[in-house]
Amino acid sequence: MSLLRSSQDLIKYREKLSAEVVKDIPSVLVCFGTGCFANGSGGVAENFKEEIKKRGLKVNVNIGMKTTGCHGYCANGPLVVIKPKDILYLKVKPDDVPEIIEKSIVGNETIERLVYKDVNTKEKIAEYHEIPFYKHQKRIALEKIGLVDPASIEDYIISGGYAALAKALTMKPDAIIAEIDKSGLRGRGGGGFPAGRKWRSCVEAPGDVRYVICNGDEGDPGAFMDRSVMEGDPHTVIEGMIIGAIAIGSHKGYIYVRDEYPLAVKNLQRAIDAARASGLLGENILGSGFSFDLKISRGGGAFVCGESSALMRSVGGDIGEPRAKYIRSVEKGLYDKPTVLNNVETWANVPVIIEKGADWYASLGTKGSKGTKVFSLVGKVNNTGLIEVPMGITLRSLIFDIGGGILNNKKFKAVQTGGPSGGCIPESLLDMQVDFDSLSEAGSMMGSGGMIVMDEESCMVDVAKYFTNFLVEESCGKCTPCRDGLPQMLEILTRITEGKGKEGDIELLEDICETLSWGALCGLGSSAPNPVLSTLKHFKHEYEAHIKDKKCPAGVCKTLITYHIDKDKCTGCTLCAKRCPQKCISGEKKQLHVIDESKCIKCGICKDVCKFNAVMID
Amino acid sequence: MSEDVKKIDSIIARYEKNEESLLAVLQDLQREFNYVPEEGIVRLSKAMDVPLSKIYAMGTFYKALSLTPRGKHVIKVCMGTACHLKGAGLMVEAIERDLKIKCGETTKDMKFTLETVNCVGACAMAPVVVVGDDYHGHISPSKVTDTIKKYGQ
Repeated sequence: MSLLRSSQDLIKYREKLSAEVVKDIPSVLVCFGTGCFANGSGGVAENFKEEIKKRGLKVNVNIGMKTTGCHGYCANGPLVVIKPKDILYLKVKPDDVPEIIEKSIVGNETIERLVYKDVNTKEKIAEYHEIPFYKHQKRIALEKIGLVDPASIEDYIISGGYAALAKALTMKPDAIIAEIDKSGLRGRGGGGFPAGRKWRSCVEAPGDVRYVICNGDEGDPGAFMDRSVMEGDPHTVIEGMIIGAIAIGSHKGYIYVRDEYPLAVKNLQRAIDAARASGLLGENILGSGFSFDLKISRGGGAFVCGESSALMRSVGGDIGEPRAKYIRSVEKGLYDKPTVLNNVETWANVPVIIEKGADWYASLGTKGSKGTKVFSLVGKVNNTGLIEVPMGITLRSLIFDIGGGILNNKKFKAVQTGGPSGGCIPESLLDMQVDFDSLSEAGSMMGSGGMIVMDEESCMVDVAKYFTNFLVEESCGKCTPCRDGLPQMLEILTRITEGKGKEGDIELLEDICETLSWGALCGLGSSAPNPVLSTLKHFKHEYEAHIKDKKCPAGVCKTLITYHIDKDKCTGCTLCAKRCPQKCISGEKKQLHVIDESKCIKCGICKDVCKFNAVMID
Repeated sequence: MSEDVKKIDSIIARYEKNEESLLAVLQDLQREFNYVPEEGIVRLSKAMDVPLSKIYAMGTFYKALSLTPRGKHVIKVCMGTACHLKGAGLMVEAIERDLKIKCGETTKDMKFTLETVNCVGACAMAPVVVVGDDYHGHISPSKVTDTIKKYGQ
């Protein structure tokens, strides 16, 4: 591709590329997100390519072929979209390809067995945007994901990419900051700090060298939206960062990506190289005289590196230990220079705000939280995947309209948001609006957007223990409340889940939580009590059942449960007995089987292999 | 010069000589050797003119780095929240039983290392076990051992 030396060049180039796109011919989009890829979308795409080539010679049907980023509906991958008919096929296998081409591309039929079937109404829907999972969404940050090829800068440019950058180059830096400020954009990484205010503080800080950083160290368990954005639409992040650099006068930026996301690293690097080769990044961007370059820094698998000061130390080639909060990174950040650090989703929102204007953006969302938010809706819910919704949607709509309700018709118990710094929200608060402030009031937080749905079979004490254990492992060990307080909490929680809880344990937990929340050095420690405090607040009865009755009502905590086989459901198929690693299930063929509780290690294999749901937990 | 030393030096040579490159070099060493060999730390320290203790500190701080040799196939059981709720703990126990090692250990024949990771970001496929670069979603205690057996052949 040629070097673009001006905004005019970019416009002309887009026109040229758009003219080359042949309209009115069908195209096939095969999702290449991690979920679909693991389920075999690679083979599906291969077969499409082959089949198209084969038939192209005979039938002369020209089909555009793209491999795209994540469509979000990961539970049903591999996903295939047929354009312009907008048909979505789910769980497509390589063998389905000839039939799809025959019926839906050459012909005009939809294949019933591959379309979406609503779990509740049993209705079949073929059109992408009519499926409830997509119908209730509003895609801004995710707009291009799944539609453009992340490996093609041309595709991004055709779809309007880098137009916001061209516009920003004509604006005064102060006007860019004013626009971001007016849009009400708040940091999507968790804290929700107003982005415009952060940028302005950085500009006002003394110094001649400034940095912009993208935090792609998505560490919250149960969250993968940043992964999808980096993998599926890397140019939007890059474009956002260049605009940020213009605004604060920075010439060097870093994208800090988890090394556990190899595809994100690959796609970002390719996008950076392509942008540089096109004159959109590096020296003299679009002939404007402004220069800015980007470098990828791969994380080392430490959760605390998602904390801004720890991240900056890690970028600089050090161990990622945070520092005290009173030193602000907008003044003394990377290498002690003024630095703006925003997360992936925040940067992805910047181009659209510049392009469509702050007023348009601010018209979405609630009073205190503007725009949209991307969530990874996972756990015990029917439609798991990545969704983007306007701020202010209710939890109920999110979980029941988009998510399609609870898996296997179980009862909803709680939804966990905010990762290890967040909390569990009970059923009584389901009609609450989802925004930064409401979630904090409920004892949780927005966090980066993980939304984990729990049902009646999820034990809330176990969940609290899970997050505390997570934080014990991830605490960097620098300050005492976090290093020593968390293991104490874990010990108490473990005791409770093992049926050894005693009077006063709950009060002791609350006491340690208080010390942590005001005594810890960084956000990791001070928010660490949230999982325990929120479950204590809303699910105290479960703690009490463990401590007083020595029972785990959800049937999770191993020492408090027993397995047995239901005499009415068991068909005597012998499968459980064959697979039991302890050989502690006995019974004749076609006769009721019995588990010897004294030998049972509660490994779950019998329950897993039983086709008749006859293995029960008490 | 041994083959390993040549490999180490060529990895170091890919990067600029500054502290920003340290973590990247360590990660590449980890990828090449499946762990960070002592020789790698020593040579990196000399090449970048950075104290040995600092590189050692990084080697112990970052979870992605291992200072002891790991098996041919590294099994990572995802312990993300969604996976945890769907029984990730049972997967760890099943693999431990099957391979007769504890989490964090490597089998004697150096074929497998068992680890847990906090979240691989594939929550919609929970529970997930990653073997090498392959993601195995919707896994169960009975399926997981069969899946791993295939890698041992």
